[in-house]
Amino acid sequence: MTPPALSVDGAASFQGRQVFAPLHLEIEAARWTCLLGPSGVGKTTILRLIAGLEDGCDFDGAITATDGELVFNRVAYMAQTDLLFPWLDVLGNTLLGARLRGERSDTDRAEALIDRVGLSDDISKRPHQLSGGMRQRAALARTLMEDRPIILLDEPFSALDARTRVEMQDLAAELLSERTVLLVTHDPAEAARLGHRIHLMQSYGLVEVPPPSTVPIRAYDDPDVFACQSELMRMLRSRDPLLAREGKD
Amino acid sequence: MMWRPVLSVGLSISIFLCAWQVLVWATGLKPFLLPGPLRVANALWSNLDSIGWHALITSTEILAGLVFGLGLGVVTAIQLAMSPAARIHVRPVLVFLQAVPFFALAPILTFWMGYGMAPKIVMAMLIIYFPVTSSFFDGLMRTPPGYLDLARTMGAPAWSVLWRVRIPSAVPALASGLKLGAVFTPIGAVIGEWVGGSGAGLGYLMLLANGRAKIDLMFACVVILAVITVLLYWIADRLGEWMTRRFS
Repeated sequence: MTPPALSVDGAASFQGRQVFAPLHLEIEAARWTCLLGPSGVGKTTILRLIAGLEDGCDFDGAITATDGELVFNRVAYMAQTDLLFPWLDVLGNTLLGARLRGERSDTDRAEALIDRVGLSDDISKRPHQLSGGMRQRAALARTLMEDRPIILLDEPFSALDARTRVEMQDLAAELLSERTVLLVTHDPAEAARLGHRIHLMQSYGLVEVPPPSTVPIRAYDDPDVFACQSELMRMLRSRDPLLAREGKD
Repeated sequence: MMWRPVLSVGLSISIFLCAWQVLVWATGLKPFLLPGPLRVANALWSNLDSIGWHALITSTEILAGLVFGLGLGVVTAIQLAMSPAARIHVRPVLVFLQAVPFFALAPILTFWMGYGMAPKIVMAMLIIYFPVTSSFFDGLMRTPPGYLDLARTMGAPAWSVLWRVRIPSAVPALASGLKLGAVFTPIGAVIGEWVGGSGAGLGYLMLLANGRAKIDLMFACVVILAVITVLLYWIADRLGEWMTRRFS
């Protein structure tokens, strides 16, 4: 599976009100692209537009893949909440996609993926019996089970405690290394650790911020990560990120 | 301690029965006005066969009403949830019908369906139909949007979303409707028996006892009816708890 690169060009509005200004976003193939920004700026809308989930929003533009194929039917989606179905166990949740489509379930592959995310001993447990980190691991197994080339992550680790978040970032980076990933986050540290490319989204558009010089996934205590994180934080707090980057704001 | 609640309930009932008996002795009320619990127990014992048979008839009507009401309510809720047109055209009618006092329909149902069990079952069914329809429909319409988004990205067809996402996530709401219905269904059956005298059922026996001033027998029927209702509620409650635990 060779994942495609994506590009998003256009602007979105909802009932005549602008959701985000015209922008151009390049999402590289088999790389992690991080979309960072404050709440309400339209990050999730971009992600939902790519997934084909945004019904109420008017999008004036185009979302295209480099291979010319449709995009929305090749995405797997992971949200802030794990979206595990409470009436299914870990295995049932991992096999959810096949069940929903009425396809034969590949139980062997699901078990192998559950093993990779470290939940073999909990395969028969239901979501309420799992910790927050374990639940996101199960959601990751379900995402991998879909075997889609494009992965859309909408702040999937934001509700986890700091230690579990770092562990989940490591695991996701390892398991999704050959996919085209768009990660929406408002955590500068997360973007600095995971991003091959980092885009800061503000109400007027996108600003690309150079990632640390090292290759993801980066150590959480890497000085370059700290420097990038500080830079991102400064830009997030500034009214004009470009001026902030030049140290003038 | 499992026996503690049982002991506590037993103690409360004992105190209530003692107070009742003392009231009857102290006031010297005639048995045809207010029989004491001992007299009621005696009436129950000496008419056990008859009460048992009538209770069986009433229980059958209640259970049939419950099953049909539940089935019809579930089907209606699914239809409403699936069809925007049904929501526009059928839901207002249902809301209006819900405002109709169903007890007033008992004579009409008897007129239409005769003196057999059918009108009683329909009365019981109508009583549970609306709570079940309403609660299950609400549950179906409140599926967490994230579940629907996930199903959509996975390419799930509409029938699968309904069967594997919306219905399971609405089961706890259905359980609430079931518990509510279990309390009211016996009322429907008994009112049906009062109005459409069929010669059978606890409601009929109560009317008969009333006509012959056998108030102790009436009380015995009320006690058995209460026991049936409590038992039914207990079963519905356990079932509802299990459904809620299993699906949430």
